[in-house]
Amino acid sequence: MVTVVIFLTFAITAVACAVNLVVQRHPISAAVSLIGVMGSLAVIYLQLGAEFIAAVQVIVYAGAIMVLFVFVILLLNAGAERRTGHSHVARWIGIPSLGLLLMLLGFFIRNLAPASEIVRFGDFAEGTPKNIGRLLFTGYLLPFEITSVLILVAILGAIILARKETD
Amino acid sequence: MEFIIITLVKAAVWAAILLFTLAYLQWVERKVIAHIQLRMGPSRVGPHGLLQPLADVIKLLTKEDLVPPQASKVLYILAPFLAVSLALLPVAVLPFGPDVEIFGIHTSLQLTDLNIGVLFLLAISSLGVYGVAFAGWASNSKYALLGGLRASAQMVSYELPLALAVAAPLLLANTLSLRELAQSQAGYYLGWIPQWNVFKLPAPQLVSYAIFLLAAFAETNRIPFDLPEAENELVAGFHTEYSSLKFACFFMAEYANMITSCAFGTLLFLGGWLPLWPAEKGSDYLPTALFLTAGLLAMYHGLHPARRKDRITLPVVAVFFWCMAGAFLIPALHQVLLPVFWFGFKVGFLLFAFMWVRGTMPRFRYDQLMAFTWKVLFPVAMLNLLVTGLLVALFGG
Repeated sequence: MVTVVIFLTFAITAVACAVNLVVQRHPISAAVSLIGVMGSLAVIYLQLGAEFIAAVQVIVYAGAIMVLFVFVILLLNAGAERRTGHSHVARWIGIPSLGLLLMLLGFFIRNLAPASEIVRFGDFAEGTPKNIGRLLFTGYLLPFEITSVLILVAILGAIILARKETD
Repeated sequence: MEFIIITLVKAAVWAAILLFTLAYLQWVERKVIAHIQLRMGPSRVGPHGLLQPLADVIKLLTKEDLVPPQASKVLYILAPFLAVSLALLPVAVLPFGPDVEIFGIHTSLQLTDLNIGVLFLLAISSLGVYGVAFAGWASNSKYALLGGLRASAQMVSYELPLALAVAAPLLLANTLSLRELAQSQAGYYLGWIPQWNVFKLPAPQLVSYAIFLLAAFAETNRIPFDLPEAENELVAGFHTEYSSLKFACFFMAEYANMITSCAFGTLLFLGGWLPLWPAEKGSDYLPTALFLTAGLLAMYHGLHPARRKDRITLPVVAVFFWCMAGAFLIPALHQVLLPVFWFGFKVGFLLFAFMWVRGTMPRFRYDQLMAFTWKVLFPVAMLNLLVTGLLVALFGG
C-alpha cells in the first residue's frame, strides 16, 4: 500500500514536471522541472530495487549534467522565450500523432505484458553496485569500453572546438 | 512498533545534537578566529559570549523578511529551503558508533545504514549546488548572479577530484556502506598504529586524504575557496539579497555542510569512531582523563580567582567536567559515549582545521582556483586511484 502511494506520488510528479518542462517559457524554470523529472525517476528506480542506478541517476543527471545546464543558463543570463504562437503543423499533426502514440503505447502495454507479470516492488535484488560492477566487467565489457572511447572522442571534439585560433 | 519508536527517539536526539552544534559551531568559529587574530571574539552576551548564538537567532528571526521586487519569487523562496534541507539530510546515514545495547534495547548509533551510503552522500552533496545557483539567479542582482555562477562552476569542478579521492579508500574497504567502511578500519599495526585508511597497507591513502580535504574546503565554499561570497568583490555573493530566516538558512547550510564533510572524511579516512590507540592500552580512559584534568584546571582557577565572579562560576564548571568524567566510567553509558567521543573528537579536530585555515589563508584568485583543480587535483586524484587499484590488486586481500 505504502509502496503504491510512493510510486504514484513520484510517477505523477515526474509526468507533471515533464509537462511543465515543455510548457514553461523561461529556461531556468524548464531546468528546474527537468531536475524534478530526474529526481522522481531516481526514487522510482530505488523502489524497483536498482539502488545503484538510483544513486547514479542523482549524481550524474540531477547533480552534474543539470548543474551544467543551470550554469550555462546563468552564464548566458538567458531570458524568457517569446511564444511564436500559431504553428499549424503542431496543431494539426502534432496533437493527433501524440494521441495516436499514447493509444499505441496503451495497446502494447495491454497486450504484450500479461497480467501475471506485474512488477512487484522489492522483488528485484540484483541492483547492488557489486552485481552491476561484475556485469560491466564480464558480460558487458566490450560495450562498456566502446562507450568510454565514444565519450573520450566527444571530449576531444569539445576541446578542439573550444580551442582558440592561434595564428 | 518498537522499531518506529526507537527510530523516532534517535531522530529527535540526532536533530537536537545537530542543531545545537550548528548554533555553537559559529560561536566556536568566531572565538577561534578571534584568538588567531589576537582579538577577544564575542564576549558581551553571557559569560564568554556563550549566549551570542541565541541572540543571533532572535535577531535573525525578528528581522524584516525582504523579497526584492524583480526577484523570481518561487525560486527565491525555494533556494534557501533547498540549501538547508539538503545540508541536513546526510545526518540520516552517518554512523556515530557500532551496535550497542543500552537499557536492554539493542540498536545502532545510526539512523539508517544504507548499503549505498557513500553514494548517497555524494548524491546529496552534488545536489547542494542548486541552493546557491538558484539563489544567485532568482535574486536578480549582479552580485548574486556572479556568486551563483562562480559557485556552480567551482562545485562542479571540485566534485570530480572529491569523488575520485573517495573512490580510492573504497577500494581498500570493499564496501559502500558507511558503517562497514568504518568497521573495516579496525585493528592496529605493531600494536599501536591504527589501520585507518590513511595508514592502511598496501596503499596508505595520505594523498587521497589531502585531496579530499582540499575539495571539501571548496565544496563547502570556505576560505581559501570562498569566491562565491567574496566580500570585497561581490558584497556577499549569492546571498546578498537575502535577509532574516532565509539568510539564516544559508548560514546553517554552510555549517551543516562543514559538519557533514568532516564526518564523511572521518569515516572514510580516520577510522570513524575507532580509538586512536588500542583499548587494551588504555584509550578507553582518555576522555575520563581529559575531563578530569579540565575539571582540575577549572577548580584551581576557581580557588585562585582572577575576578570575583570566577569564585562561583569556575567551580560549577569543574563539577560539570567531573560529572562528565564519571559518566564515561559508568558501564551502561560507557559503550555509547566512547564511540561518540572518538567520533566527535576527530570531527571536531577537522572542524578546527577548517577554522584554522580560515584564520590564516588568503583567498585564491578565480583562475588559480580553476587551474588548481583541473591541472593539479584532478590528475593527482586519478593517479592515486590507479596506484591504489594496482596495489590492492597485487597485494590486497
